[in-house]
Amino acid sequence: MTRYITMRLLQGIITVWFIATATFWVMHSIPGDPLADEKALTPEIRANLEAKMGLDKHEFVQYWIFLGNMLRGDFGWSFEHENRRVNDIIAEQFPVSATLGILAIVFAGLGGILWGALTALYRNKWPDVIIIILVILGISVPSFVFATVGQLGIVTLNKTFGIDIPVAGWGTVWHMLIPSLVLGLGTMAFLTRLMRTSMLEIVNADYIRTARSKGVPVAKIFARHQLRNAILPVLTVLGPSIAGITTGGFVVENVFGIPGLGKYFVTAVQQSDYGVIMGTTVFYGAFLVLMVIIVDLLYAVVDPRVRLNK
Amino acid sequence: MAETIRTSKPRFTASPGWQLTKYTLYALLLCGVLLMLLGFITERFNVGATSTTAVNFADNTITLSLTSEPPQMDSTRATDMVSGMLLGHIMEGLIRYGPENEILPGVAESWEMGELAGTFHLRKNAYWSNGTPVTAHDFVFAWQTALNPATASQYAFVLYPIKNGKAINIGEASLDALGAKAIDDHTLRVELEQPTPYFIKLLAFFTYLPINREFYESRDGNYGTNARDMIYNGPFLMSRWVHDKDVRLERNDLYWNNEETKLDAIEFGYITPDPNTALNLFATGKIVLAGLNAENIERALTERWRIETHSDGSVFYLGFNHREERPTSNKNLRKAIQQVCDPEELVFKVLKTPGNIPGESIFPVWLRGVEGYFRDEFPAPEHKRDVASAEDYLRKALDELGLDEPPSLVFLTGDSAFSAKHAEYYQSMLKEKLGIEIKIDKQIFKQRLAKMTSGEYDIVAAGWGPDYDDVLTFGDLFTSWNANNRGLFRNEELDRQVEIAQQSSDPKTRMEAMNQVQYILYEEAAIIFEYERGSVYVFDDRVKGLTRRSVGTDPDYTRAYINSEVDG
Repeated sequence: MTRYITMRLLQGIITVWFIATATFWVMHSIPGDPLADEKALTPEIRANLEAKMGLDKHEFVQYWIFLGNMLRGDFGWSFEHENRRVNDIIAEQFPVSATLGILAIVFAGLGGILWGALTALYRNKWPDVIIIILVILGISVPSFVFATVGQLGIVTLNKTFGIDIPVAGWGTVWHMLIPSLVLGLGTMAFLTRLMRTSMLEIVNADYIRTARSKGVPVAKIFARHQLRNAILPVLTVLGPSIAGITTGGFVVENVFGIPGLGKYFVTAVQQSDYGVIMGTTVFYGAFLVLMVIIVDLLYAVVDPRVRLNK
Repeated sequence: MAETIRTSKPRFTASPGWQLTKYTLYALLLCGVLLMLLGFITERFNVGATSTTAVNFADNTITLSLTSEPPQMDSTRATDMVSGMLLGHIMEGLIRYGPENEILPGVAESWEMGELAGTFHLRKNAYWSNGTPVTAHDFVFAWQTALNPATASQYAFVLYPIKNGKAINIGEASLDALGAKAIDDHTLRVELEQPTPYFIKLLAFFTYLPINREFYESRDGNYGTNARDMIYNGPFLMSRWVHDKDVRLERNDLYWNNEETKLDAIEFGYITPDPNTALNLFATGKIVLAGLNAENIERALTERWRIETHSDGSVFYLGFNHREERPTSNKNLRKAIQQVCDPEELVFKVLKTPGNIPGESIFPVWLRGVEGYFRDEFPAPEHKRDVASAEDYLRKALDELGLDEPPSLVFLTGDSAFSAKHAEYYQSMLKEKLGIEIKIDKQIFKQRLAKMTSGEYDIVAAGWGPDYDDVLTFGDLFTSWNANNRGLFRNEELDRQVEIAQQSSDPKTRMEAMNQVQYILYEEAAIIFEYERGSVYVFDDRVKGLTRRSVGTDPDYTRAYINSEVDG
């Protein structure tokens, strides 16, 4: 077990290094100039900036410096938000995204499993039909539509009932409810569909038939055999989604004015903000790798057939 | 031994459905507990509450939103509007602009300004928020810091009019060589490189703000990164800055003109770039001002909110690519396009939002001339859509280019919905009137700039906002030495006229030179004037005394106050 985990962690570190290297070179090769701004720089001022940011050095030297700093866990200063260190951006903004993301992923996970189970249980009956239509909507409608509609919904609610649910901002439980639902919606829809398929595959499995013929009560078969086994594929997907969702959603953060990390992933690339691109990518990569490892470990808990110490 | 086999239908409580219902209840319970828990934690760690009302009568506070987190609060390195707006509230330079854009004394009580040098007498009751006096040394230090090549300030060029400013910035002179010296704590002597008639107006610009050396150095490279990493000498001070979340400004009791400040605090409680979010915040009474755009103005109209407009100072135009290999380097082709363009049609039938002014010149209407407004004194070239003459020009152009039919042109623009609508208008208009095919090339900001700089376009949708309150901020845009002249327009006469305006200190000579510039740009069809942008916004009428500006701190709340006559 320990050996297995050590091996996986080592592999993980190599993966992260690979992600960092690939990102570094892709970032330097795509068009887009980190120093370009609406107001053009004179050659002299540009030279000062390049010297300050180390952009005047050869790219291999830059890469070497970057690797050294990364080992020390330092991603330098942001180019766009010139007065912030990349580490500070991650340290201050990630907890917000994570809070929202944990809620979203719990909504999505529980919702997906329950809706999926429900549709499988009432296959081809009206609950199934209705939920599947909603699922298709949830998957195909882009999140900015949900976010905008959700916000307008709050405005209308406030007006109709004379209440005061905040439409944007951060700080209380009321700031989280709607944004986290919107953030989790897409994943919930996706998981519902996955859960349904998975449930229906299992319904005719040998062990279900055996259990039935043994005379195990239907409810127990459903809960112990069918549901538990059907959750496995959902779990597989859930791990990486946790990394995706807890690092923030660009749209949801912008619309609801939430001080999360998600917008940095998008804007940094648009602005060629090298420090932030590298910082967020490495952070996300490491997080993702970790989640995948954790999911693999969880398999052993959920599925008795999986043994880790091979 | 054997159990009885149940043949009847199981009771609901033993059915999978019931099981699922139970799970659902558990799930809801779990979500509820989690929500409470996370809410509790967040509230515990929440620094300052997100304000709950737009106008707080009890605390004499108003709440607003920002479109972005201020990227740079170190005044020597700031470049953007949001940082500039905040700096305008929390800092004060030698002078400041009044409500009518008139020059008012700031830290400088009085001054004598000659052609090449000036002396500024600083008031003795100007203090930093930590109680130390604001001295002439603070200005010298800030200017030297901005010009220091190691600082790598993008706006260092604003300080080039000061003697040796440029030499220092390019590393050819030491910081001490700067033509700005503190004679004593309250006297500042400034020497200029060459006559700069608008130098006084520059002094309100953020790069000219003072910085306290002792404090700056005590922050060890972190000056301006947090509210505690700055000291203030403006009407307000920053009492809280939670990155990406909110900024709170409070009355600065040590400010020399504190009695002019009416509000006790300004809360920038929300940071969101989304105009719809801002409008929703306005609709629910959370903020006092929200900008409108073409999409959400309808809603403001149906809700009957009071809509205000103001010129944000910038001009927009179509820039041509004058590189030889491009068809747009042909003057007749440019003239043909110019002759079919109709800024009024664009502004009133396409853009439609109120506040925009049809473009007639590179110089916007708000710029000052010799005595009054420049554009009143020197009317813009007359322009009227003339399809017949456009066709003439096109024929000549095709002849010169050796083409049988109109060339197809690349129209480079941004990636917003607005940019698309704007580009499509020109696409259909030019096709219909001249048979010119337009290929629209939509690019995100940095890529668009990269293509503009490398010249991969024929026509580009471009604009320019002023840096300072003088005709030259627009006038020198298309000189051969200006790096912003990305279309590489070259005209010796224009260069000459700009040099006249730069070197002369006679307002009349300067304005006449600038008049030549607006005519050259039109005659040569170097660019096509499109519109002067107006910004449209809704504003809470319980708040008075807001100043909007075309150049400088905008919006300016330093003299805003809550009208207590209206009941909240």
